[in-house]
Amino acid sequence: MSIKKLGNRLLQMLIVLIGISFLTFLLTYMSPGDPVRNMFLSTGIQPTEAQIEEAREAMGFNDPFFVRYGRWIAGCLHGDFGESYSLDKPVGELLMARLWPTLQLTIASLVIMIIISVPLGILSAVYRNKPIDYVVRAVTFFGVSLPNFWVGLMLILFFCVQLRWFNVVASSGSFQDLILPAVTLAIAMSAKYTRQVRTAVLEELGSDYVVGLRARGVPEWKILWFNVLPNSFLPLITMLGISIGSLLGGTSVVEVVFSYPGLGNLAVNAIKSSDYYLIQGYVLWVSVIYMVVNLIVDISYNYIDPRIRIRR
Amino acid sequence: MEKKKNFFLRYPSFTIFAFLGIVVIIMAILAPVITGGADPTKGNLADAILAPNDAHPFGTDKMGRDVFTRVMYGARVSLSATFALIIIIFIVGTILGVLAGYFGGILDAVIMRIADMMMAFPGLVLAIAVAGIMGTSTINAIIAISLVSWPKYARLARSLTMKIRHTDYVAAATVTGSKTGYMLRKYMLPNALPTLVITAATDVGTMMMELAALSFLGFGATPPTPEWGYMLNEGRNYIQYAPWMMIFPGLAIFITVVIFNMLGDSLRDILDPKTAE
Repeated sequence: MSIKKLGNRLLQMLIVLIGISFLTFLLTYMSPGDPVRNMFLSTGIQPTEAQIEEAREAMGFNDPFFVRYGRWIAGCLHGDFGESYSLDKPVGELLMARLWPTLQLTIASLVIMIIISVPLGILSAVYRNKPIDYVVRAVTFFGVSLPNFWVGLMLILFFCVQLRWFNVVASSGSFQDLILPAVTLAIAMSAKYTRQVRTAVLEELGSDYVVGLRARGVPEWKILWFNVLPNSFLPLITMLGISIGSLLGGTSVVEVVFSYPGLGNLAVNAIKSSDYYLIQGYVLWVSVIYMVVNLIVDISYNYIDPRIRIRR
Repeated sequence: MEKKKNFFLRYPSFTIFAFLGIVVIIMAILAPVITGGADPTKGNLADAILAPNDAHPFGTDKMGRDVFTRVMYGARVSLSATFALIIIIFIVGTILGVLAGYFGGILDAVIMRIADMMMAFPGLVLAIAVAGIMGTSTINAIIAISLVSWPKYARLARSLTMKIRHTDYVAAATVTGSKTGYMLRKYMLPNALPTLVITAATDVGTMMMELAALSFLGFGATPPTPEWGYMLNEGRNYIQYAPWMMIFPGLAIFITVVIFNMLGDSLRDILDPKTAE
C-alpha cells in the first residue's frame, strides 16, 4: 500500500468515524429515556422535579445539541469519554478493563474455528462429491442455521447442569470460563468458514497450473501441499479479518448467555440502564477497533501476496 | 398443467422445502386451531413449570403458560417480523441502489458514503445500540436491523445498474426519448431484481436469527408476546430446573431457519444456475 493510498484510507476512516460518532450521539439525544432521572433512580433516590432540573443544568443536558456533541467529541480526543453514571466510573477505564476479556474470547474462538474448519474444508474439497464431502456439507449446513445463543444455552445445559464440568456463570475470567463461550462462537463460525475453505481450495484445484503439474507427473500430495494450499490461503486471510471484525460485535450475545465479563455484556447492560456515555464510548471503541483490524488485514495482504506489491 | 408438474419434479429440493415453508406458515396462521384455543399470554399459576406431559407436550413456563401454545403463536411473530424486515431492506436497498447507479454524481456519493458508514461497522453492535436506545419493541428491532442491512442490497443494486447503464440498448432507449421514470422501471429495475430476489431469499434465515438474538437480549419483543428469542430469554434463568422452556423455542428457530435457508439455496440454484454446485 503506497503512502498516498494509506493516507486516503485513513482519511476515509476518519470521515466514517465522525459519521458514526454523530449518529450515536444523535440516537442517544433522541432517545426517550431520561438519563438524569435514571441516575437518581439508580441510587435509590426518588427525585423532585426541581432536583432533576438542577442536575440537568449542572450536567449540561440543557445545552443545545451541537454544544453537547462538540463537548463530548473534544473530551474523546483527550481520552475522556465521560462518566458512566450506572457504574460510577470513567467510561474509558471501564471499556479498557473489559477489552482484554473480549479479545481473549475472540482469539480463542478464532483458534478453535481454524482448528475445526481448515482440515474439514480441505478434506471436503479434495474428496469432492465423496461421502466425506456430503457429511461435511450437511454438518456445515446445519451449523449455519443454529442461533449461537441457543448453542450456548444448550452447552450450558449439557456441560454445566448435566455433567457439572463448568460453572453456569462464567464471570471469573479464568481459562475455564473461556472454554464454553469460545466453543459456542467457534461452532457457528466454523460452519461458515469450512464452506469458504472448501470453495477456495476447489477453485485452486480446478486451475490450469494444477492440470499442468499433474501432466508432468507431480504427485498429488505435493501439488496439494506446495501449490494449492499456499495459494488458497490468500482469500482466507481476508475472510479471517472479516470474522475478527464481526466477532467484536457478535460476541455480545454469547457474552450475555455466559455472563462473561466482556465489552458486549457491558454494552448490553449500559443500554438497559440508559447509560449514554458508556453506550457512545462503546460504539466508538468497537468501530475504531473494527476499522484498525480491517486496515491491518489489508496492509498484511501486501506483504503476503507479492503480486499486489509488484503491481503498484 | 403438464409443464407445471415438470417444474416441481425437476427441482425436488425446491419442491420439498417450499412445501415445508408453506406448512410452517400455515401452522402459524392456524395456531389457534392447533393449540385448541389456548391463550398464549395467559396461564394458570398452579401449573407453573411443569415438565412435558400429556396435557402440555412441551411443558409449561414460570407463569403456567403452555410452552407448545407459545411456540406455535411464536411462529406468527417471528415469521411476520422477518418478512417485514426482508421487504423493508429489499425495497429501500433496491431503490437507493438503482438510483445511485443510474444517476451517479452527488446522489451516488451521498448514498454510498452512508452505506459505507453502516458497513464499516460490526452490524449487530449498531443494531443493539439502535434497538436499545429507541426502546424495546418488535418494530424498533426491525428498524434497527434494517438500518444496518440495507447497504448490502443497495451496493448490489448499484453495481448491477452501473453494469448496464452504458450499454448500447440503454443508450438507444435514451436517444429515442424514453423518460427517466420509464427507463428506471423498464430497464434498470428488471435488470437488478433477479439477483436481489435471490439475495433476499437466502437472507431470510439469517435475519430471523438476528431478530431472535435481539429479542433474546431483551431489545425486541416485549412480554407477554410469545416470541422465540424472548422465550429463550425467559427460560434462561430456569435452565437448571426447566430446560424445556429453552429447548423447544430454540428448536423452533433452528428448524424454521433450516427450512428457509434450504428454500433460499434451492431458489438460487434455479434462478442462477451458475452458482449451483
